[in-house]
Amino acid sequence: MTTVADAVKSVTTHRPLVLRRPKGTTGVWSWFTTVDHKKIGIMYGTAALVFFVVAGIEALLIRVQLFQANGTVLTAAQYNELFTMHGTTMVFLVGMPMAVGIANYFVPLMIGARDVAFPRLNAFGFWVIVAGATFLYSSFLPFVNGVPNGGWFGYTPLTSTPITSGFLPGRGPDFWTVGLIMLGIGSTTSAINFVVTILNLRAPGMTLMRMPVFVWMMLVVAFLTLFAMPIITVALIMVYTDRNFGATFFQPNFGGDPLLYQHLFWLFGHPEVYILILPGMGIVSETLPVFSRKPLFGFAVVVFSGIAIGFLGWGVWAHHMFATGLGPVAISAFGLSTMLIAIPTGVKIFNWLGTVWKGSVHLTTSMLFSLGFIAMFTIGGLSGVLHSIVPADTQQTDTYFVVAHFHYVLFGGLMLAVFGGLYYWLPKVFGRMLNERLGKWNFWTMLIGFNLTFFPMHMLGLWGMPRRTYRYDSGLGWEGVNQLVTVGAFIIAFSTLLFLVNVIVSLGLKRGAVAGNDPWDGRTLEWSTTSPPPEYNFAEVPEVESRDDWWHRKYTEDDEGRLVPLPSGGAYAAASASHDGHGIHMPSPSIYPLVAAAGLLPLGYAAVFMSWIPLFIGVLVLGFGVYAWGIEPATDEAS
Amino acid sequence: MAALAALTLALAACSTESGPENGQNPLRPKGTYAKDIDNLFTPIFWVAVAVGVFILGATIFVAVRFRHRKGADDRPKQLHGNTPLEIGWTLIPALILAVIAVPTVALIFDLAEEPANPLEVTVVGKQWWWQFDYGKQAGIDRKIVTADELHIPTGRDVKLKLEACDDSLGTTGTRPNCNVIHSFWVPELTGKRDVVPGLHNTMKLRTDRPGTYLGQCAEYCGLSHANMRFRVIAQSPDEFQQWVDGQVEGPAVPLSDAGEATGLFTKKFQCTNCHTTEDSSISVYGPNLTHLASRTTFASGYYELTRANLVRWILNAPSMIPMESENCRLPERPMCVGMPSFTEDTPPGYPVMTRAEAEALADYLLELK
Repeated sequence: MTTVADAVKSVTTHRPLVLRRPKGTTGVWSWFTTVDHKKIGIMYGTAALVFFVVAGIEALLIRVQLFQANGTVLTAAQYNELFTMHGTTMVFLVGMPMAVGIANYFVPLMIGARDVAFPRLNAFGFWVIVAGATFLYSSFLPFVNGVPNGGWFGYTPLTSTPITSGFLPGRGPDFWTVGLIMLGIGSTTSAINFVVTILNLRAPGMTLMRMPVFVWMMLVVAFLTLFAMPIITVALIMVYTDRNFGATFFQPNFGGDPLLYQHLFWLFGHPEVYILILPGMGIVSETLPVFSRKPLFGFAVVVFSGIAIGFLGWGVWAHHMFATGLGPVAISAFGLSTMLIAIPTGVKIFNWLGTVWKGSVHLTTSMLFSLGFIAMFTIGGLSGVLHSIVPADTQQTDTYFVVAHFHYVLFGGLMLAVFGGLYYWLPKVFGRMLNERLGKWNFWTMLIGFNLTFFPMHMLGLWGMPRRTYRYDSGLGWEGVNQLVTVGAFIIAFSTLLFLVNVIVSLGLKRGAVAGNDPWDGRTLEWSTTSPPPEYNFAEVPEVESRDDWWHRKYTEDDEGRLVPLPSGGAYAAASASHDGHGIHMPSPSIYPLVAAAGLLPLGYAAVFMSWIPLFIGVLVLGFGVYAWGIEPATDEAS
Repeated sequence: MAALAALTLALAACSTESGPENGQNPLRPKGTYAKDIDNLFTPIFWVAVAVGVFILGATIFVAVRFRHRKGADDRPKQLHGNTPLEIGWTLIPALILAVIAVPTVALIFDLAEEPANPLEVTVVGKQWWWQFDYGKQAGIDRKIVTADELHIPTGRDVKLKLEACDDSLGTTGTRPNCNVIHSFWVPELTGKRDVVPGLHNTMKLRTDRPGTYLGQCAEYCGLSHANMRFRVIAQSPDEFQQWVDGQVEGPAVPLSDAGEATGLFTKKFQCTNCHTTEDSSISVYGPNLTHLASRTTFASGYYELTRANLVRWILNAPSMIPMESENCRLPERPMCVGMPSFTEDTPPGYPVMTRAEAEALADYLLELK
């Protein structure tokens, strides 16, 4: 046996690599080589915030154009590019990375793990998202002539017909398809990581039914991502080959079927909606109990509702296609399955209200955002039920009513929950509290701005205003309401600015109060360690004895169910804090995930410009990155 | 709070009939089927509003009522759940939905039923305008091809065959004779139906009220999707028959007798590449202009048909409706969509149109009643 061990050791200490192994865990360079789930989480979150601002600016330009009837601020071509990029950015570069970022940071902490299962793959996933985002936005460069302009949904044959047809000029759909395929690679790797981490790295005693709801929802999201991404990747490859190699998957002249694309896109697209909203549901399932000082009402029901939504989400895709002519039997079936989704969703809403009921409600900024989530998401859910009334949907689809609906779900739902989550968790990440006064301004301006922007859109849609139109004629009676909407959009922008100021001043400039380990009297394991947590998260891996384990180490209940603080409350935090981390082996930093991801960028340009040189460069860089990564040990023995 | 205020605003706004009388408002239905849809939507909408107000109210109530006050007891009773309650709020929404589902499915099947003895019109979606083909049928002696304005008789079902492929065009080079997906929508008459190349969708319209109803393409179809509008003009059966009789006639002014315009139209600016003014029964690339002057609008129904608008259009159409038409007149780059400008970015060696020439063309076209 010693011979085997020696052999392993000789392999792992032998370093035939071209690049020296990075060692530092501090400084600018360490961010490029880190495999620490926390640093990667921060980078995901930062990237998502940057693109939130970018997509917000795109939205503001759209709103300025629509402020007046027959607006002339933007050309038709620019408008079409902006709404395409706004949607694509919000879904793929804000919603998903934001949820993945929060989960990257907190899932290991909440399950008592020291890192994710595949730390380098985790870094790779992030750098692929950066590469994909860079690629997509490089289409704005003046000589490229290729800002995506086919909508975030990219319907065929508009997008798939070869460029020479003149249906949709420019290289937009090429940048869009290739960019989304790249982003899909990133999402898939992070999904694999979450599934394995959550299933395998839970601390001893943390059974599935003791697992925090946020972690549960991320598990469901990871599975949805894993199964949804291949579907859109197939569809995108088909569009790409139709455009560039004369394939005719979607060309009716040659026996292809344009509707096939819609089936594929929405078979991805609808689960994608739940990929976006379930993390939000997970976040408020954490914050509501903490700020009500009560356990989540009906934990099992909330978890199973989330799983049910995950399953049902696969059976409703054609409700995006009620006007396409699928026939009465098919649309009846999809109308009914759409109604079914309202049931587990409604259960969750009632259980959240039950959680707050008779609690001791602390109206912190985080709690206000969480309550705002319940209210706004409910409105989005109810307008969703109206869409299942198929005949009515044939009036509402592709109007501003739908725009209002999904912004209530994704902004009123996901983004409000995200803000709630950030106010709740950023003190753990940076060790400082965000300013509560500024936070409340942030909340109220956001709530007002949001409703002023999106509520009137319901009316515009019901009054016949179609979406994706760069101008509307005067005399249709939509102008006044559109002006209200534009004003609302600027209030959202102002509110976002307040948030950024709060983050920069309180966290960046460290003006915020010191957070301490457990500022909210939290329930889950992340609050048992220091703020920010050490690289290894926990000096001693916690032994979990119950759901909300950290809470139950601080409190017990008397016969009437009232809280009784335990004298020994929070004992293992002290042990953690005093530990210097010596002897805990963490994975070593690595440059190769970044190298491998960087290789995708020239490959993307090769695909769009049909050029050999970037193809060779891309294959070389990617090949080198993957090969060197493959022979590099996870943990450098010499360190 | 803001949401609640906005909701009250909506309550005030959304009685059965609300919003602007703009000819395009589904909440002011004028067609038989739009009314059916509205009658289904309205009660369910109010149920949704009631549920929404209840949950919004509950959210505000729990936040305010159970707010922690300084110095008060911060140790609430720990409730972990309540199974009967949870079963209750699973079943009640399920029951509400079951009640909603019945009329919904019933109307889906009603709307899918074939109309009896309808007028049949083929609707062809193009980038970015609509062509309407009336086939030979009772009362219509030969095929009529027109654009932008769909005439229908009142009191009779109209069956629309929705096509994105125009077989009569054939294929030129790599340009397919099939267009992209459009969606045919006349909000006050009925819900929308997509026009999908390769699929032969149909839909039905019916109204008892003469009038003009606005329509709009409702599926994003490229650059000028926003401008792809049209009108439905509903007339009494007699007036409709008069319109049909006018359309089947030959042109009011034969092209050969159009004076200066003859040469401009056929040779100098080659309008005949895409248009015809001589035969209202054929489909060509651009709108059939044989009876242009019988229409009230032109250019995807976006502009009123006036001499000033028409002159402007003939000189520089892409300045009024953005189109992908820069290369239209170049023989080596035939791929373009829409009408080119004859005054801006004209290809080298090609004639530039003068205002007088445009006026001559407009005057000729306006005679084509």
